[in-house]
This record gives sequence, structure tokens and C-alpha cells, in this order.
Amino acid sequence: MKKITIRDALREALREEMQRDKTVFLLGEDIGRYWGGAFGVTKGLAEEFGDERVRDTPISESAIIGVGVGAAITGMRPVAEIMFGDLTALAMDQICNQAAKIRYMFGGQASVPLVIRTPFGAGVNIASHHSQSLEAWFMHTPGLYVAAPSTPYDAKGLLKAAVRGSSPVLFVEHKLLYPVDGMIPEENFVVPFGVADVKREGSDVSIVATLYMVHKALATAEQLGKEGISVEVVDPRTLAPLDRQAILKSVRKTGRLVVVSEDCKTAGVSSEIAAIVAEEALDYLDAPIKRVAEPDTPVPFSPTLEKFVVPDEKTIARAVKEIV
Amino acid sequence: MIAMGRVSMMDNAKLLEMYRQMLTIRFFEEKVFELYGQNLVPGTIHLYEGEEAVAVGVCANLRKDDYITSTHRGHGHCIAKGARLDKTMAEILGRKTGYCKGKGGSMHIADFSIGMLGATAVVGAGIPIAAGAGSSIKLRGTDQVVACFFGDGASNQGTFHEAINLAAVWSLPVVFVCENNLYAMGTRQSRVMLIENIADRAKAYGIAGVAVDGNDVLAVFEGAKEAVKRARKGEGPTLMECKTYRHRGHSRFDPAAYRPKQEVDAWLKKDPIAIFQTRLVDIGVLSEASIEELVHECRKAVDDATKFALESPFPEPEEALEDVYSPEESASVQ
Repeated sequence: MKKITIRDALREALREEMQRDKTVFLLGEDIGRYWGGAFGVTKGLAEEFGDERVRDTPISESAIIGVGVGAAITGMRPVAEIMFGDLTALAMDQICNQAAKIRYMFGGQASVPLVIRTPFGAGVNIASHHSQSLEAWFMHTPGLYVAAPSTPYDAKGLLKAAVRGSSPVLFVEHKLLYPVDGMIPEENFVVPFGVADVKREGSDVSIVATLYMVHKALATAEQLGKEGISVEVVDPRTLAPLDRQAILKSVRKTGRLVVVSEDCKTAGVSSEIAAIVAEEALDYLDAPIKRVAEPDTPVPFSPTLEKFVVPDEKTIARAVKEIV
Repeated sequence: MIAMGRVSMMDNAKLLEMYRQMLTIRFFEEKVFELYGQNLVPGTIHLYEGEEAVAVGVCANLRKDDYITSTHRGHGHCIAKGARLDKTMAEILGRKTGYCKGKGGSMHIADFSIGMLGATAVVGAGIPIAAGAGSSIKLRGTDQVVACFFGDGASNQGTFHEAINLAAVWSLPVVFVCENNLYAMGTRQSRVMLIENIADRAKAYGIAGVAVDGNDVLAVFEGAKEAVKRARKGEGPTLMECKTYRHRGHSRFDPAAYRPKQEVDAWLKKDPIAIFQTRLVDIGVLSEASIEELVHECRKAVDDATKFALESPFPEPEEALEDVYSPEESASVQ
């Protein structure tokens, strides 16, 4: 085992897959030798694999994804980077109408093994155009998979699985998670899609949390444990496919559910998870489902405002105590 | 405009094959219109009648392993690239035996086995995808090329700018073929752009641009020949504009009342098939008898395809749930 940050784990995944498979290549804005990606994930890869396989692009998000689609349906495995998650809006047609629908509307003739890496999330005071969490847009798009890792192990394993898969993947990275470290094995591994991970076992209440919120949920659970409340934390790891069985299993055990997700509350990640539990496990619930999410606002700039809208240990603990 | 037609440089078999393809597309589209009138085609249709010279002239320069991307007005592109008539017609009629098992329809036909990478019905969306196929060719190190068909309307989309600029700067083997039929649905070109030649936009990207008579299949052929040669040699993309006209309205029963009668009449006199046929007769490649024979042959091929399509079953309703993800992936995440 070794200790590694999520940033380095992602880079290791890309490097290993590029070494393993010549059809894997990277494209995006400033991902090459002069910058290595806005968050440094691709640093050093252009030097190692050449500028053709680690390709700087014009500031043309629609073309970045479109080129990824065209390359993916003709034998390549592109990994595109969109510098900030909010900017996926510029490429929505290529992501949702083209990448996600090509296999289906052409009757299964083509696969689109395209990975789109992009950072979501607030917390670094870069305001409304660089901070939002938009996972739910993509969960709502059949044909697309959505990965949302919270640890170096999951980040590396899921990215490797994404590159090897045959469907387009929106690979969400949370920008506060890049420097977070954790242990991973030295040897090769992948993390399969659609398999949740119980990050902490507990018996009184289940918290289903995603991305950075997994860490906030774990910190909350630690604190509540001292107060005699046993919290289970379930990390879905991929939002599409979503491991419904793991979520239901946890809720059937604890009888209580709090869903914590950083995206806006309305029609969000937490809505879907709450709906699944309400539909499939209502009889097991001893209390109403609680959702902790951002209010329905864009992410504001000023630190006091931003801090107010993002869920934290306090809001999570309050939600837990309301139903325990 | 380059007006060419160095017929003598081409062998007769090639000329006849191009003529046969143009006739086939024409008869195919006439049949689709007829079937539409009989309520046998679900949804809508966008017919290629009048624009046959473009697809045929371009695709006559392509190999089977070359790629094309297509649009909502794509039947002609499919046929010119070598798609089967029966599976094309079956798809248009929503049948299980169609190219896309009835999931795509008229606007989304694809045949990956012949490099037909599919028709997108989002105007301009195929342009970046074509650039992507071009970048794939470059990375794989083959000498394939991509022909990317789109209309005058698409040239006002952001994707046109983004993708052609990127293809230019990466020197990708793509021929961007703008089928300028003067109208984006009902909006005349002069109402939405100040230039007459869309090919002039090539200058902005530092690539070759050429405008040709899109109703003269030999002019299209010659223009595309240069562009394809350039692409195959790794000398980058070309923006090729083919000036043409659709014989019918935009879709379904659109009477195209927005087009002046004089204009329509003038273009109908420039029917690409009639022009080509006259030339082939002049140089002795075609005779009255051989025309009759070819017409019969092509009509029969369309009729056979229609029969196949009409006799084919519709998909089972539950098939709607298949092909969202690959079968292996779907199985592993149940």
C-alpha cells in the first residue's frame, strides 16, 4: 500500500491506461506540457507520451467533446477534460444528444468509449461560473454513466474502469478533493461501476453522501459517535449506474436515511436517492427521509455567502438529530 | 466557381456508376415521398431530391474505409457511400430490420461497416464529430479521410467555427462539404449572412476553400478530388461549398411557399441528373436504350427494397429498453 493524493491517483490511472492501450489519448484546454491541466492532473503526461496523445485544444468545449465522440466511434479511447464543470454547459449537445444517444439511436452499432473528466463543487471562492455541482443533469441522461469518487482508491479505480468501458462517462472530480490523500495498493486494480462502498458501518442512521460530502459525513459520523449515535456512511461512488441495492440494504438495517449531496436540492442527486428509498423501502423507515443539499441558488462568491450555501458538518448533524 | 467536367479523364464505368447512384437516390426519395403520402412513414422526412450530385460527386472519391458524417437530410449520403437500400428503407419505415433496428428513423441512419458514422439531426452537430474521426485517423496513422456533410444553416452554428478551426490547426484529414441549398428551413441565406460564398469562410481558418456548382456532379467530383487528395496526403482540411437546391420543401409536405416561383423554375431546369445524363449521351457513354435499362434497374432496386421494408416486422415494444448501454455493461450493473 502507498499513500497518494487524489490528484496523483487520477494521474496514475491515466498513465497506466495510456501505457496499457495505445488508443487512449487525452484532450482539453491547457492539459499539455505548459500547464498540465488547471488542477495539475495531467502534469508530466505530455512529456511522457507526446503532444499528440496529450493534446492542448482551442477554447472550444463543444469541439473538445465532439472530437472525443468522433474519435471514440472510430476506434480510439479519448479522455477529454473540461476545465470546470460549469463549462460542460457549452458542450451539452455533444454530451447529451450525441455521446449519450449514439449507441441507442444507431441501434447498438457503435460504442462511445469517451471519458469526460471535469471538476465540480464549491469551496474555493471562484463564484457562480466555476463552482456548481451539476451531477443531476447527467444522471438524467440515459446512455451516460456518471462517476463521483471521494477517495484516491475510488478515483484511480473508477477512472481506469471508465477508460476501459464502452459507454461515455461523465467523470466528476471535486476540486476540494484533489489534495486529499489516502492509501491505495501498489498493484493494478479497477473499481467497477455500480458498486457502492460503505465507508463507515453504523446501526442508527444511514447517511448516503457523494464526493466531498462523503468526508463531511464521515467527520459528522465521528462526532455523533461520541454522542452515542451510530452512523453508517454509504458512498454510491457512481451515480449512474446507482447501486440501489446497497442503499436499500443500509436503510433496511438502520431504518433512517439522510442524503447529503452538494448539488441544489430540487430535482437533484438527493431527490433521486430519496425517491428510490421511498418507493422501495418505505416500510423499513422509522422516520422521514432527510435531505441535506445546497439551496436552489447559484454558488455565490463572498466566503460568508458561499459557506452558507454549502452543506457542512453542522447541517448534516442537525438533519441526523431531527430523525434519530 | 470552378466549372469543370473533364469527362475524358474518367473511365466509363465510373461515370455510369455515378449516374446509377444519382438515379437510385432520386427514385428512392420519390418512393419515400409516395410512402409518406400513404401514411407508411412515421414522423417526418427530409428529401435529397435535387442535391444528388453532391453526395455522389463527393463519395465517388472515397474508399470503403473512409468515413462520412451526415445530417437529417441524409438518405442520399447513405446511398452514395454504399449503404443497402433495403435496410435504409426499413429504418425509414421504423422496422426491426432497419439499420438501427427502428430506433433511429429517417434522421438517424448509420452504417458503421461502410464508414457511414451516422446522421445527426442537430444542425451542425456532426462537424466536430467529423473532426474527431479525423483526429482518430491521424493518431492511428492511416490514410483514411472524412467527408463531413452539412448545410448552409449549419455554417452559422458555433460548432462550425469550433470544429473547422480545430481541424485546421491540427491539420486533420477532413473535407467539410457544405451543401448550400440556399434555405435553412424557410430562411434564405441572404437573410442570415452577408457573404455569398460560404467557402470564403475558409480564409478565416487558414485552409483551402472552394465553391462549386453542386448540380454538376463532375464539378463536385473534381472539387472533392482535390480536397480528398490534400486530406489523404496529410495536408489538412478543405471547406468545399456545393451550391445546389432541393426540389421539394424542407420536410414532409412543406410547399416551400417562401421560394419565388422563378427561382424554383430556374433551378429545376438545372436538374443534376438531367445535366449529367445529357453530357453522358453527348460523349457516347449513354444511349436511349441504356438509359431505359438503367432506369428500370434502379427502380427495381428501390421497389425490392421497399418490398423488403414493408414485409418486415416492427420491433417488439420492449426492444425500446435495449441498446442504451452495451449488453455486457447492462448485465453487470443489474
